[in-house]
Amino acid sequence: MTEPALLDIQGLHTVYGKKIHALKGVSAQVRSGEIVCIIGNNGAGKTTLLKTVSGVLQPDKGAVRFAGEAITGQPTHRIARMGLAHVPEGRHVFPRLSVAENLEMGAYFRTERDLSKDYDHVFELFPVLGRRKAQLAGTLSGGEQQMLAMGRALMARPRLLMLDEPSMGLAPVVVDTIFDIIRRINKEGVTVLLVEQNAKRALQASSRGYVLETGEIVLEDKAETLCSDAKVRKAYLGLQ
Amino acid sequence: MFLQQLVNGLTLGSIYSLIALGYTLVYGILVMINFAHSEVLMVGSFVALAVFRFAPAILPQGPVGLIVALVLSMAGAGVLNVVIERFAYRPLRHAQKLAPLISSIGVSIVLQNAVFLWVSTQSESFPELIAATQFSIGGAGVSSLQLVCMASAIGLMMGLHFFIEHTKVGKAMRACSDDLETAGLMGIDSSRIIALTFLVGGALGGAAGVLYGLNYGSIKYNLGFLPGVKAFTAAVLGGIGNIRGAVLGGFILGIMEVMAAGYIPRGSDWKDVIAFSVLIFVLLLRPSGILGEKIAEKV
Ligand SMILES: Nc1ncnc2c1ncn2[C@@H]1O[C@H](COP(=O)(O)OP(=O)(O)O)[C@@H](O)[C@H]1O
Ligand SMILES: [Mg+2]
Repeated sequence: MTEPALLDIQGLHTVYGKKIHALKGVSAQVRSGEIVCIIGNNGAGKTTLLKTVSGVLQPDKGAVRFAGEAITGQPTHRIARMGLAHVPEGRHVFPRLSVAENLEMGAYFRTERDLSKDYDHVFELFPVLGRRKAQLAGTLSGGEQQMLAMGRALMARPRLLMLDEPSMGLAPVVVDTIFDIIRRINKEGVTVLLVEQNAKRALQASSRGYVLETGEIVLEDKAETLCSDAKVRKAYLGLQ
Repeated sequence: MFLQQLVNGLTLGSIYSLIALGYTLVYGILVMINFAHSEVLMVGSFVALAVFRFAPAILPQGPVGLIVALVLSMAGAGVLNVVIERFAYRPLRHAQKLAPLISSIGVSIVLQNAVFLWVSTQSESFPELIAATQFSIGGAGVSSLQLVCMASAIGLMMGLHFFIEHTKVGKAMRACSDDLETAGLMGIDSSRIIALTFLVGGALGGAAGVLYGLNYGSIKYNLGFLPGVKAFTAAVLGGIGNIRGAVLGGFILGIMEVMAAGYIPRGSDWKDVIAFSVLIFVLLLRPSGILGEKIAEKV
């Protein structure tokens, strides 16, 4: 008997306007404790998928269950409060709020008075944020903003962390840091769904992966298996 | 003379600033101009009048009466603004940009006509909540009404500042104004924050309505129009969406208007022309207003 998936996406269709059919029946599962990645080229529908899961977009068809509960059609803030955190593509920190205020917003719905452990944890993961608490988020570098966006999401103590292209536009050293932290967060008990164009890094960090092409899942397997798949090697890893 | 005009300008400016905050708060979060705001302010002043007519006992002359009048008018105007948002703007949130704008013009006309038809077609004298006394500070004649007006406005602005900067909900308002969609991902119910923004903006408008009535002594169904347009101008001048900008713009406009009236021959006929010319001039130099500089998000 297998345990039911923490996140269960079934036959999801999402259409922009009336014409652009961005998701065409996507199904995917993330089990508790996993790091799962979805790789795909620009325009494959990765962002659309995450946005549909977190309730920013409404699907035309299909269903999403989180922790056994149907979340399709629920408003974004309710889904977030269930423990599903979504770090959007392009970070989207609140530019005119300070670093500390951004983190506070991450914990917005938590009722505990004392969040100092959570702040300490975030500052331990990302020391640079601790040194810049009072700085406006809009003035941080791209890498720092990515760290802030991730730290902010962790302030909610999520069960599932969805990351949309965390390595986009960052220098290789910063990408290393980000992926180290993703693994560490996962070891600390947070399940991760990672969406990336950077297939190599994503597959290295993950236990399983899906390949998304023009709105459809074309492959799914263990990350190692995908790494040695001829088609994946050629199309996504740039190898022969 | 100069000091005198400055006092007059600061008084007028404090009213403009309060109203401008209502425009800017709503714009900051929804990127729409709430043209009904001028009527919200007018209704606010009528709330105080109604309380005075039907329950004069709770509005004694003096600071207590003034505070009661302010609180009730702020509550009335704030709630009215929330109701307007709920029924006239929220259903249009995903419609094209122009739709809520047109809707707000509609609401404005409806409110003005409702007061015109059901309340009063002419000027009604406003209760003298504060006894008008004149005294002189450094040669400038100042009335008690002016002092009360400035003190109330500044007190409210300080309250707003504390709320926006230091409370969790206030920070959520700023977060929503930065990025509504992402605020939702933080578990912030953006519809509630929007409603709260209309409540706060409307309440400040209501307070401005009372201060207006207090200063001019009478109110009328169409009193909101001119201060509304001026305060909107002030908000744009300061940088629409920027809270400090609204306050700054309000005071600049108020002072400019009074100075023009005082120093330029037949200036009081020209003061509006001068005020709007300055607006156009500033916007040509700085299209985003004096403080309207957005920190770009780095990607
Ligand atoms: N707001 C939008 N309106 C219309 N089409 C969109 C919008 N966002 C994305 N699309 C289209 O949907 C498809 C999937 O986009 P997206 O999910 O952003 O892909 P990815 O994240 O994999 O790069 C693309 O064809 C894109 O052009
Ligand atoms: Mg994308």
